[in-house]
Amino acid sequence: MKDNDISHELIERVKQASADGTKLKIMGGGSKHFMGRQSEGEPLNLAEHSGIVSYEPIELVLTARAGTPLVEINAALAEHNQRLAFEPPLFDGKATLGGTLACHLSGPGRPWNGSVRDHVLGIRLINGRAEELRFGGQVMKNVAGYDVSRMQAGAMGTLGVISEVSLKVMPMPAATITLKREMNAAQAITEMNRLAGQSKPLTAACWFDNHLYLRLEGARSAVDSTVSQWQGTVLEDGDNLWTQLREQQLDYFSSQDAPLWRFSVNSNAEHFLPAEDWLLDWGGSQRWLRGDFAVDELEALAERAGGQVSLYRGGDRLQDVFHTQPEALRQLHQRLKKAFDPNGIFNPGRLYSWM
Amino acid sequence: MNQIERPDKAALVQMFRAFIEPEYVISDEETQRPYECDGLSVYCDMPLIVVLPDTVEQVQEVMRLCHRYQIPVVARGAGTGLCAGAMPNPDGVLLVLSRFKHILEIDPLARSARLQPGVRNLAISEAASIYGLYYGPDPSSQIACTIGGNVAENSGGVHCLKYGLTVHNLLKVEMVTVEGDLISIGSEGLDSNGFDLMALITGSEGLLGIVTEVTVKLLPSPEKAQVIMAAFDNVQTAGDAVGDVIAKGIIPAGLEMMDSLAIIAAEAFVHAGYPTDAKALLLCELDGSEAEVKEQIAEVEQLFIELGATSTRVSQSEAERALLWKGRKSAFPAVGRISADYYCMDGTIPRSQLAHVLTEMEKLSEHYGLRVANVFHAGDGNLHPLILFDANVPGDFEKTEEFGGRILELCVKVGGCITGEHGVGIEKIRQMRVQFNEQELRQFHAIKNAFDPAGTLNPGKGIPVLKNCQEYRALDMRKGDTGKSESMQQGEHA
Repeated sequence: MKDNDISHELIERVKQASADGTKLKIMGGGSKHFMGRQSEGEPLNLAEHSGIVSYEPIELVLTARAGTPLVEINAALAEHNQRLAFEPPLFDGKATLGGTLACHLSGPGRPWNGSVRDHVLGIRLINGRAEELRFGGQVMKNVAGYDVSRMQAGAMGTLGVISEVSLKVMPMPAATITLKREMNAAQAITEMNRLAGQSKPLTAACWFDNHLYLRLEGARSAVDSTVSQWQGTVLEDGDNLWTQLREQQLDYFSSQDAPLWRFSVNSNAEHFLPAEDWLLDWGGSQRWLRGDFAVDELEALAERAGGQVSLYRGGDRLQDVFHTQPEALRQLHQRLKKAFDPNGIFNPGRLYSWM
Repeated sequence: MNQIERPDKAALVQMFRAFIEPEYVISDEETQRPYECDGLSVYCDMPLIVVLPDTVEQVQEVMRLCHRYQIPVVARGAGTGLCAGAMPNPDGVLLVLSRFKHILEIDPLARSARLQPGVRNLAISEAASIYGLYYGPDPSSQIACTIGGNVAENSGGVHCLKYGLTVHNLLKVEMVTVEGDLISIGSEGLDSNGFDLMALITGSEGLLGIVTEVTVKLLPSPEKAQVIMAAFDNVQTAGDAVGDVIAKGIIPAGLEMMDSLAIIAAEAFVHAGYPTDAKALLLCELDGSEAEVKEQIAEVEQLFIELGATSTRVSQSEAERALLWKGRKSAFPAVGRISADYYCMDGTIPRSQLAHVLTEMEKLSEHYGLRVANVFHAGDGNLHPLILFDANVPGDFEKTEEFGGRILELCVKVGGCITGEHGVGIEKIRQMRVQFNEQELRQFHAIKNAFDPAGTLNPGKGIPVLKNCQEYRALDMRKGDTGKSESMQQGEHA
């Protein structure tokens, strides 16, 4: 286990870059290069800035440096029968805490247990003026000042260098069971939404290959009683399915080279492009689509479904890959970028070509 | 921008009345009086003009007009806030959103509700109940407070350890910018591309824009909820018991603690059957399926007994559960009955520091000669010390305010923060410097500047002015000229 604080070095690098206008490409474990737009810059490596700074199981709070691998955090939590309830992908053990927040990655339990953003309590951030700032804290509630910590989720490192993160952690569920049922995508969307409206320990719902999969987690009694009331066959080794889904190791993700699109939409939005190759997750609110499509066409479909679309993996990464921002929001993004990074040194163009 | 000469009050009233019904543009002192403060009535001021639009277009027009003449705008919902965040600006417009009270749509399958900002928090759950759904965050003021205000303050409640704060329960917000443009933040999906502006807006105390529509997530109502009450003969043991419940892997729906003075006051007020000889009382609510709640209630009761609880009681009916909670939810007005006035603090602390913080507070209490009652969202470390004082005794409020400031500094010192759910407003603006350094405050100002370059949205609140500290002088002046006779009793608040 590495315990290594290189924040002084990081601050010096940022100071230097800010002075001479060098663009920096922030890197952790290198597991999420494929996300966002291709961007240039001198690597600023956070992998060495690693280690759990504090962990108080009964406070449900863990603080770690941004370069700490998630596997290390998971191991420490498991000793106290706790976990990161947002189930971030580990990507062959390379994924780090900082990158997970910057890319806003959460697993199948996200609609029920919350995302990484929902679990962030505080951060340290090195801004474009090379100041290491503290926002939020190590307590569950904190409404002093603007919520800069959660704002980092999905910013792809364009607002600064996240150097440390404090998180809410949760107990492991006592029992887990996965149910499997055969149905088509449209039926699955209705069923996932219907079941999510019941007070049952549902913590994941996905559909692919003409089958709906439901995960129940919680107290033994609650899980067992739900199994007896709901339809479906119990899937042996169900945990493995959710792990493969989280890590994108299912055949759906690996069998083709076509671009992978991610829709984040109203969970109950009607199924669209029914002839195409889909995998539905998050109870219907995260939908994956494989294939070559015109961005404009997909954006229109996403908006009709109450949400947005992004080109998650593959395709042309020199073009914009995230959903087009309306003009007013685009200007707001540019002004906020300037507020944190006046010289534009952090991950230029990684989030949008115009920023 | 060229400075355009500002019209006088009469001319402005005329301009507003051109697009808002005349009776909803208030300029006379008598009709304005109810708007001079929010729930923290010790801070009050009269606005230049009060406007109550009832369409988004009218809000946009108000903002455009104020933007053109650089007139300060303070937004207000039900006025139940506890940090003087909605205190009017004497040179500005008070934009009251209470006419926006319609529930626009409930989607039972997608489990969401689209609301105007003036919809009351409790009204959401009431309307959703026919679908077996409810809205999670439940501040104790939920009968009166509005969803727009909840967004502005990132309101919590007694159930937020398990179900989160306002920020965790929002999908989408429509907001009018300082320039009068209507923008849409978030979506019907669980996340959106680009910066998480929703996180930034939530809890921003009306400093970044005017929220005109809110879409919230709804949750399935639990099959069963039961509360267990446990009395302890010292605060330390009760605090440890909270940690032990969590160490068992149980996340209660609500976990509240009251100290001796709060117990006595609440019992006298609602007769819930609280043991008045206890030094600390825990209320622990468990919810979920029938089987799960039965299993966990037994486990938690056993644990409390093992740890030395002097008595325990498990609610056997919905009526009994409501009664046990009523004492806690009425703790503020209950304390109001045993003292002329009280001042409510809102610090958060790591739970392990509870005994230390209470001991230090006792010392401060002796030093200032003022009593303190404590109610504590024990599950999430949010402490509400209520300082008892008498506003009619000269100097009492000044002493109280200083005492309160020392408590907040203590919270920061042990690793906590100055406000868990009530916000900064004008009230805690001095303590912002205890929690944040000059560089951090400068970063906040840079964010504010990205939304509101001229600084006309709720000026002087939330983030202290750098270096020259103008708002300190404003604060001191205001304190000099308010009569201290006003009660600070704020009714039911978390």
